[in-house]
Amino acid sequence: KSSVQTIGEEQIQNPYTELLVLKGHQDIVRFLVQIDDCRFASAGDDGIIFLWNAQTGEKLFELHGHTHKITAIAPFSSSDASEEKNHLILTASADRTVIVWDCTSGRQVQKVSCFHSTVKCLTVLQRLDVWLSGGSDLCVWNRKLDLLCKTSHLTDAGISALVELPKNCVAAAVGRELIIFRLIASNDGSEGWNVLEVKRLVDHQDNILSLVSVNDLTFVTGSHVGELIVWDAFDWTKQASECNFWDSSVHPDTQSEIKLSQSPNETSVQHLTSDEECVFAAVGKGIYVYNLQMKRVIACQRTAHDSSVLHIEKLPNRQLISCSEDGSVRIWELREKQQLPAEPVPTGFFNMWGFGRANKQANQAAKKMQENAPMYFLELVGDLIGHSSAVQMFLYFGELGLATCSADHLIILWKNGGRESRLRSLTLFQKLAQNGDLQLK
Amino acid sequence: MISAPDVVAFTREEELEDELYSEPPLPEEYSVPLFPFASHGANPWAKVASSKFTRDFILISEFSEQVGPQPLLTIPDDAKVGCGGVPAAGGDLNYFSLRIMSVDYQASFVGHPPGSAYPKLNFVEDSKVVLGDSKEGAFAYVHHLTLYDLEARGFVRPFCMAYISADEHKIMQQFQELSAEFSKASECLKTGNRKAFANELEKKLKDLDYTRTVLHNETEIQKKANDKGYYTTQAIEKANELASVEKSIIEHQDLLKQIRSYPYRKLKESDFHPYEPECGLDQANAGCDQDLTTSDLAEPGETHLYAHVPSYTPKLIKAKSAKCFDKKLKTLEELCDIYFFTQTLDQLHQIERTFRGDVCYLLTDQISRSLLKQQSVTNFLFEDVSFLDEKPPEKQYGGCQGLSQDAIDRKCSEESPAPKVVISLGSYKSSVESVPIKMEQEIEDPQEPKMTESVTFEHQENLDYLDADIKGSISSGESIEVLGTEKSASGLTKSESQASLPVSPSPQAGRSKVGSRRTVSEDSIEVLSTCPSESLIPEDFKASYPSAINEEPYVDDEEGGLRFTPKLNPDSTDEQEDVSKQETLVQVDSACCIGKESPNFLEPVPDLGQKPCDEDGVVRIPPQPYRPTEQGLRGSFGGFPSHDGISGGLLPYELDSRYLTGNREVSKSSLDECSDSTSYISSAASTCSDRTPSPAHPACQASERHKKKAGQNALRFIRQYPFAHPAIYSLLSGRTLIVLGEEEAIVKKLVTALSIFVPNCGVYAKPVKHWVTSPLHVVDFQKWKLIGLQRMVSPAGVNVLHALSRYSRYVSILDADSKTLRCPLYKGTLVSRLADHRTQIKRGSTYYMHVQSVLTQLCSKAFLFTFCHHLHLPISEREPEESVVNRRMNFLKLQLGLANEDIKIVLYLAELLKLQYIQEPGQRVNPLLRFDYVPSFLYKI
Repeated sequence: KSSVQTIGEEQIQNPYTELLVLKGHQDIVRFLVQIDDCRFASAGDDGIIFLWNAQTGEKLFELHGHTHKITAIAPFSSSDASEEKNHLILTASADRTVIVWDCTSGRQVQKVSCFHSTVKCLTVLQRLDVWLSGGSDLCVWNRKLDLLCKTSHLTDAGISALVELPKNCVAAAVGRELIIFRLIASNDGSEGWNVLEVKRLVDHQDNILSLVSVNDLTFVTGSHVGELIVWDAFDWTKQASECNFWDSSVHPDTQSEIKLSQSPNETSVQHLTSDEECVFAAVGKGIYVYNLQMKRVIACQRTAHDSSVLHIEKLPNRQLISCSEDGSVRIWELREKQQLPAEPVPTGFFNMWGFGRANKQANQAAKKMQENAPMYFLELVGDLIGHSSAVQMFLYFGELGLATCSADHLIILWKNGGRESRLRSLTLFQKLAQNGDLQLK
Repeated sequence: MISAPDVVAFTREEELEDELYSEPPLPEEYSVPLFPFASHGANPWAKVASSKFTRDFILISEFSEQVGPQPLLTIPDDAKVGCGGVPAAGGDLNYFSLRIMSVDYQASFVGHPPGSAYPKLNFVEDSKVVLGDSKEGAFAYVHHLTLYDLEARGFVRPFCMAYISADEHKIMQQFQELSAEFSKASECLKTGNRKAFANELEKKLKDLDYTRTVLHNETEIQKKANDKGYYTTQAIEKANELASVEKSIIEHQDLLKQIRSYPYRKLKESDFHPYEPECGLDQANAGCDQDLTTSDLAEPGETHLYAHVPSYTPKLIKAKSAKCFDKKLKTLEELCDIYFFTQTLDQLHQIERTFRGDVCYLLTDQISRSLLKQQSVTNFLFEDVSFLDEKPPEKQYGGCQGLSQDAIDRKCSEESPAPKVVISLGSYKSSVESVPIKMEQEIEDPQEPKMTESVTFEHQENLDYLDADIKGSISSGESIEVLGTEKSASGLTKSESQASLPVSPSPQAGRSKVGSRRTVSEDSIEVLSTCPSESLIPEDFKASYPSAINEEPYVDDEEGGLRFTPKLNPDSTDEQEDVSKQETLVQVDSACCIGKESPNFLEPVPDLGQKPCDEDGVVRIPPQPYRPTEQGLRGSFGGFPSHDGISGGLLPYELDSRYLTGNREVSKSSLDECSDSTSYISSAASTCSDRTPSPAHPACQASERHKKKAGQNALRFIRQYPFAHPAIYSLLSGRTLIVLGEEEAIVKKLVTALSIFVPNCGVYAKPVKHWVTSPLHVVDFQKWKLIGLQRMVSPAGVNVLHALSRYSRYVSILDADSKTLRCPLYKGTLVSRLADHRTQIKRGSTYYMHVQSVLTQLCSKAFLFTFCHHLHLPISEREPEESVVNRRMNFLKLQLGLANEDIKIVLYLAELLKLQYIQEPGQRVNPLLRFDYVPSFLYKI
């Protein structure tokens, strides 16, 4: 019996009433990356990169070059204002190569194959006009794909995540350690850089799975056992930490008595995202909203999905989208809780634990204590069902819609049916005018 | 989808003006002509009393030089048709062949023409003749052709193919179609024949060559043996023989050259490919294929055309090959290549299928098809568009009864090829047999006449043959012969018969034009009669016809018959173009033609002010095929069927408010009555089903049967299932409907039934999937809108059901086993009109037509909605989106009269229309799935 909140078939607020299935991949599609306003690239275990038009769903290019699955992908656009914008993407693969592709011509620009291990993450430092590849060591490259410098061998497991920090620093997640590197311009050459390990932070108990920069002052990490640590970006000190997501005693606004033995997998911080105020964490099957100012979780949905949440994204309109291994995509809205005493706790909570009635009293008592603080909850406003297997990632294109990629080899473009209909009408009348059919003959 | 004559009325524009004419229950285009024998108490579907056969058939016969006219084969086969079918007795067939061969048409000029040393082959064009025999109750379109046979007299053997029907109207009205189809068949036959003839000639040449060598050797031996200085008679004989063999070789070589130089004029004509294996003949026929391609592309005179000859051992032959009577003549199959022969047979079978059934049905079908072609924007939705494309584009319809007069320009007259045959019902009524036929051959391009003079694509050496030959063929080109056997006229008073001979060309009327026109055409008219004495020919006929012909400036009397020799007269072409520009198309009408001598009688097209009916209220004009005049968007506006006389303006509000509210019941009941009575009569009249209307187009033969079946199943479905309406609504609104069941037959039946409600997503998309056993995915719902799904008890079946519940928001599920339906609510009114479980319609095909007509109407609404600019886009820049939405909803609700869920149907159809319209030709559009987040309900019986 599923304990997940369901919404039913009537979803007034769900704008996605049209879908386009993009076929092309022959294996799990893991990555989607936006190139510009209307194009995106997809990559996955088949080693092929596809470029798509996000509006029409048209397949623009099919890029072949890697022989193994793709492990990392990053857009690499030149920021030069002088020349016309040149869209490139970087892809790293398990075949220990990194390829630079030109998105306008669909051709391979350059290929680097001098890696000793698989590159697991790629980061572009626009400011310095260099890019970093992280595998068992960290390499720094310039735009021309010259290796500028590299660290010594760090670990066999390799760097799992990289994030840019102020003052030419980067944070790399290596196993359970967080290593801060600093790039220093070399004394002799104009172009040379040296990379220096500055600090090792060992506060996490388990592997760091996610690493995200919130703003210039802070960045956040999440680990496999559900620790979330907020770091100062300048002095790399721990500002706050939240380590017991599953432990409701930490969060008095949720059911405090409930304590379940959950496997670590269900508490791992799979993905983090943030806006200025909050950090949104995909923890196990649930979604948690952590307020940076209040330094506590302000809202959560403990079982947002039937299975692990793989990716979440915050939309500008207080909405949150999550996708999961269960193959569904859900749209949430962060709402302020009405301070009505009789207001029942969202049914989802009762359903999921199965003994809501027994705890009602305590719950309400707990609530009363919190009355003065603003309270939030995540409301399910829609779900998108289309994939038959885990939805790995999605890309929000604003008006154009939403692209989701999945282990069923498909990419689905979800679109606003009303908008599409209007656009088609526009095209229709343009074509009519073009063909001269509007004139009476 | 307009194919229901009783459902969709079509209004012509002049009817609007004709207010006096109060209540034509149906526009005359769709009205059934009054049955001439109605007074005898017969119904129109009973077979004509006098005819001895119940069904049209095609007869191929030959005028054998040994035994005279003899029937060769009939289509359909005697054996197959059995007793009820084609001429029961062989005697009948013999009689028919005698009759159709009796008008042997051309002195196919063979042999040694004066001034030529060698026999010449004529590349004779076929002649087309209409024959009538009231005694037999038979009428025939007769297509004469000659085939070459080396052993035959003059190397030619006359054959003819005849389409024999009891319905004179059918022959006359379908003359063009028949002529076009038979020409194709004949061309196929002749192509095969030329090939075979060339082969035969080559063999013969080898024989002759061999014979010559042998003779030569013998003569040499004799010469050597004989030193006496004089020749023995034997030697002289041998020498003579040798000489005649030499001559024979030259002759045969010449013949071979001629046959190879066959003017490929025909082949040059657009889409004329007699070889095209249209009937899906086995392509693997390698040898034939090779010939096919070569001859298709063949530049004329290409010598390798017939070079593909199997090795042949020459044999000694007699120098004088005897064309004697004891020799067995080649069969038709031997005369033509076997490949071409079978292909011709296939074509003929197709012709037989095409023209099977009542002429009204054929005409209605043609009309609706041409109307549908105009609806290019919407017709893909519920039509099998593929069959619309199949008709050859050059096809034009005889009656040329344009819908919109203003659109008729000189293009109209220029475009119409082939003779036009127009008859008026008056003549039918009075059963005057000599039906006047008017012909109008294609007015050729100015350059085209030159072709005969300088056939540029011929090799120089062939030019001399061609010049003569083609000219020769012109004189004996297309001819229409009218043959009357007067018998029944006795029952009519003379005045009656006179009055009802409306279109007979009055002598003075437009004679000069006849002349000028004829000059550009290759026609000749022969009026023959098989009556023993002339006395039986109606007097007016006698008077008018021959005189009209006699006064022709270009009469050619050399055959002793009445025949025109068309000559090319460039002056008249100009003149005529002027005339045709000014000419409004005047419907040939008896009342008008008889006294007034309309000079326009050659342009048989409707006059603006003319009443479609006679004073006595008799509809005189049978359904007339009309020609599509406009293309594109406008055409599709014009092409909308409108019942109540709204044709020009087509104001949307009028259109539907009348529909949806008022006379719904009335129209329905009358419709049902009408169609059902029709069907009852037809079934009562002919217990054998062969006279019931059958498909007019062979390609959709299967789909026609499918339609019938689908209609029947659909009827059963709507009677049986109380939740038919929401199910149909699901389909119409683009929500995939899944029919779930254990038994394949039941599921497939339901799918077939429901398939008639499924709008096509594109021209080539196939939205119906009859049987699926694997779990469904989102992709499937994009492709298929109606799916039959197997319910299994196995673990695999669990997956199937799991997928169904997962995607339940996209689908409606009809459970055939437990008889439940899970789908969104429907509260509209449209579907109840479409699928009324209390309907009186009994027959599947009738119901199918009903559905199609309702859907056509729906399509027109969707079309209006889609192409109204301001319903989708703001009028001004600043107009907010909400006001556009308001306007849109108002239009849908108030002006299109749609309620509740009906709006969604139109929105969906509109979306399909948009997608179809904006689709770029070469580009494959990603199929998209549109859906709503609406709750579903479970319906039970």
